[in-house]
This record gives sequence, structure tokens and C-alpha cells, in this order.
Amino acid sequence: MAADASPFEVLCNILLSIAPMARGRGVITKSEKGERMGRVVVIGAGIVGAACTWYAAHAGWEVVLVDRGRPGAGTTSRGEGNLLVSDKGDGPELDLMRLSRRLWLELGDHLGRDRLELDEKGGLVVATSDAGLAGLRTFAAGQRAAGVDAIDVATAGDLRRLEPLLSDRLPGGVLYPEDLQVQPVLAADALVAGARQRGASTRFGVEVEGAVTSGGRLTGVRLVGGEVLGADAVVNAAGTWGGEVGVRLGAPIPVLPRRGFILVTEPVGPLVRHKVYTAEYVDNVASNDAALQTSTVVESTRGGTILIGASRERVGYDAGMSPEVVARLAAGAVEIFPFLRRVDLLRVYRGFRPYCPDHLPVIGPDPRVPGVIHACGHEGAGIGLAAATGYLVARYLDGGPMPDEVPVSAFVPDRFAEVSV
Amino acid sequence: MTRPDHVGPGLGFTFDGRRIHHRPGQTVGAALVEHDILAWRTTRHDGRPRGLFCGIGVCFDCLVTVDGIPNQRACVVLADEVEEITTQSGSGHDRLALRDPADD
Repeated sequence: MAADASPFEVLCNILLSIAPMARGRGVITKSEKGERMGRVVVIGAGIVGAACTWYAAHAGWEVVLVDRGRPGAGTTSRGEGNLLVSDKGDGPELDLMRLSRRLWLELGDHLGRDRLELDEKGGLVVATSDAGLAGLRTFAAGQRAAGVDAIDVATAGDLRRLEPLLSDRLPGGVLYPEDLQVQPVLAADALVAGARQRGASTRFGVEVEGAVTSGGRLTGVRLVGGEVLGADAVVNAAGTWGGEVGVRLGAPIPVLPRRGFILVTEPVGPLVRHKVYTAEYVDNVASNDAALQTSTVVESTRGGTILIGASRERVGYDAGMSPEVVARLAAGAVEIFPFLRRVDLLRVYRGFRPYCPDHLPVIGPDPRVPGVIHACGHEGAGIGLAAATGYLVARYLDGGPMPDEVPVSAFVPDRFAEVSV
Repeated sequence: MTRPDHVGPGLGFTFDGRRIHHRPGQTVGAALVEHDILAWRTTRHDGRPRGLFCGIGVCFDCLVTVDGIPNQRACVVLADEVEEITTQSGSGHDRLALRDPADD
């Protein structure tokens, strides 16, 4: 099937429609499975595909994880590893993140927190102006009403007690003790390794060309080169490339790339204790603007480097260097952490967030091609939401039950208006 | 090892306060090795000694503090251009943890 970019652009302009409840709708029932163990092909070995593989394997499915590249080599390797409740207001994504946070902590205990570099460091959101602080306080009050632990930090002195090297020109902020960090590539690797112990297999360096169907139902996927992998279900966990994979499977969904840069400093040690970011970050995450937006996000890593983000722009898959973005991010970081003026940058990396027009991931069975389950489009929250996504996908494979605390209908692909392939 | 033929008292830098002479065009790393100084920093995690390894600017093992700036590669910094070399421990940025009044 030929790839054509234009349907994605069209999709993004179509109003969303609320789908009927998807609760309990299984891809394949136990009786259809019969005596045979059901087989699932997961497309995409990023953090989300790894989590889907882990949970499906633990639910007793025979999983084949395929990727055209190496595991964790796409968007998974281009972020910071954020597991944030702090940037989410009351709504379905916050509900999903709170489930995912619990699951990540469970996974950390099971796989080893050090192995994942899982760190309960907490997030500290700072305002750079009095007006910004008022907006941040209002946002945090709404989160507190939804049950998020959000602690007002009233003065510059209080900020300095939490982060000794913060600028003393910041009027205040909000502390979010529930925010976590992981090293995403290590986490993906650990999940895949754990799933293999439960019988999952992997095929790297192979590309899915299309679906094989019988009577309208998926029976497998065809790889480039002609090989067919038989399957009772296929999970589209191709991240930013989930739109293209959806087209190939006959189940297109509107996922677009949203480019982001991250600067990496020379190693300086753990001088920044929390994930620290400016209040503008939340507005940028929620924006639909295609033009360049930057906010300031600063955090230390276990390796001693400091990561500086975050930019958002819709420029397709242009991987070119942008001195303008680098300069803006560096200036923003120095504004809140003046000591960074004396620290060199080692390198810059960039990647492509899988962006959906309503900023929610696509998780659930596709009614157009029975047997296809989507698990992509998480934008900048894919690391955080991966655990819950894998968990939900396993529940869909099993035919339920779905967890009560997550409004799963908010994420189903049916929410996008029907388009022809 | 034969001692270098110093061309004059003008060519030199200090290494932790000690005067090191060097040849014209020599790198800091080469001058230190020629004076039998083989290690000038300790690693970040285990405090192990490090000096020249690749010697051609690739491996970043020979990092040293040059005129107050840490993490410079001794093997590519020309000795003519520096005055003061100091050994480096860890990241070389320990002092960053102390708040600098100039930042306030």
C-alpha cells in the first residue's frame, strides 16, 4: 500500500467525535482462542511496544515483537524519561498517568529500580513572573481537587531550599512529589528482556508491509520481502510512525511528528535535584501551534549530565540542526539556573513526538479492521504512559475487564471521524 | 627517557604550581608525559587515575583543568597557549555546587 502523507493532514482538521464506550470489547474471545495460545504481533519496539509485549506475555499471549530498527532506538531514545503528573490537568490523560505511575513503580520493584534508573525525584514547576505564578497556582488547585499532590512553594527562599542553585529572581512555584524519572532505553530493554523470559520473541530489522486478512478479520501481517507472520491480533505501537503503520494495516489514525530538541551538558554531578521546569511548559504541551515553541526544562541524570529542553515545532521529519532552538533552550536554562552559564554543552539530540490533534494517545481496537489494536500517539508523554498503555492493551486482548479508574473510551481510535484509506 | 632539550626559560606553564618547560608546538599532554607525569585527573565514580590514552583527541580520557576551565583535552591543547594547568578530580565542577554570588 502506497504511503501518502496527505490523509494525515486531512485527518488533523476533522473534528473529533466521541465514540461509544469501548469497555470490555475484546479483540478475540477465549472461545475463539480455543485450546491454542493466541498469538500477537506487536509492531514497534519502543517503550510502548515493549510495555505491550511485557503485559501481553504476562497475560499468557504468544507475542512476537517486530521493529524495522533496534529496540528503543526511535523517539524512546530522544526524550528525558519523564513520568509526569505535574503537566496534566484533570481529565483522561491524568487518570491514565496515575494508573501508569502505580504500574511503573510495580515494574521498578519487579525489574529493579536501579536497572531502570527509576527515580522518585519529584517535579518542581517554577514561575518566572508574578502573572505566571498566579496561573500556575490556579492550575495546581484544579489538580489538587483531582487528587494530585501539588504543594505550593511560596517564596524564592523556599524554592532555594528545594533547589539550592535556582535563580533568586523566581517568585515561587509548585512541588509535585509524585513525578518520576526513568532512563527510557534501559526501561525498554528491561521490559523486552522480561517478556522474553515469558516466551515472547523478537524480530528486529524487519518492516511490516501490510495486513493479511480473511473475511475482513486480520490473520497476520506481511513483512517487506513477503514473509507472513500469522497472528490473532496486531498491536500498532509504532509511535510517531503509527500513522504510517495504520495506513499499511488499513486502519489509518492521525499521528504527526512534533520535533523536539534536548541539550546535554558535560557531566557536573547531581546539582539539580528535581525535574525543574517553567510554567510555560504546560501551555506549550497543550498548544496546537505548528510554529516553534520553547519552555525551560532542566534535570540531572544518573550519568552526571544535565538535560535541557524543551522545544516543540511541527516541521515534518526534518532532522536538521537548528542553532536558533539550541540558543533559546540554553538561554532559558541559564535564566533559571545561572550556574549553567559556566557549563559546556556536550551535544544536542532531537526526535519526533507522536502528536495527535487532541493530544491524547490512541489506545484500543480499531473497528475497521478487527484484530488491530492501536497503542501510539502519546506525544511527549509516551514514557510515562507506556506502562498503563501496555496494561490496557493486554486487557483488550483478553476481552476485559477494563480498569474502572481510566475512561478508556477517551483513547479509542473511533473518536476520530471515519476516513477512507 | 631522555630529558627534553629546552629552548629557553620562556616556554613553560605551571602544573599544580610546578614549573613545566616544553618544546615549541608541543601539547600539554606531551609535555607532561615527557616530564614523567602520567596521570592528571581522577575519574568521577571511583577516583581512579587517568592520563593520555588515545593521545589524538578522541577518547576524552586526558581531561585536565586549563587556566581554570575544567575538562580540556591535554592531548590537543597547545602548551604555548596556556599558563596554568591543574589536576582535576571528578567532573572538575565541584565548585559549581557552591552558589556564586555573581549569579544573584
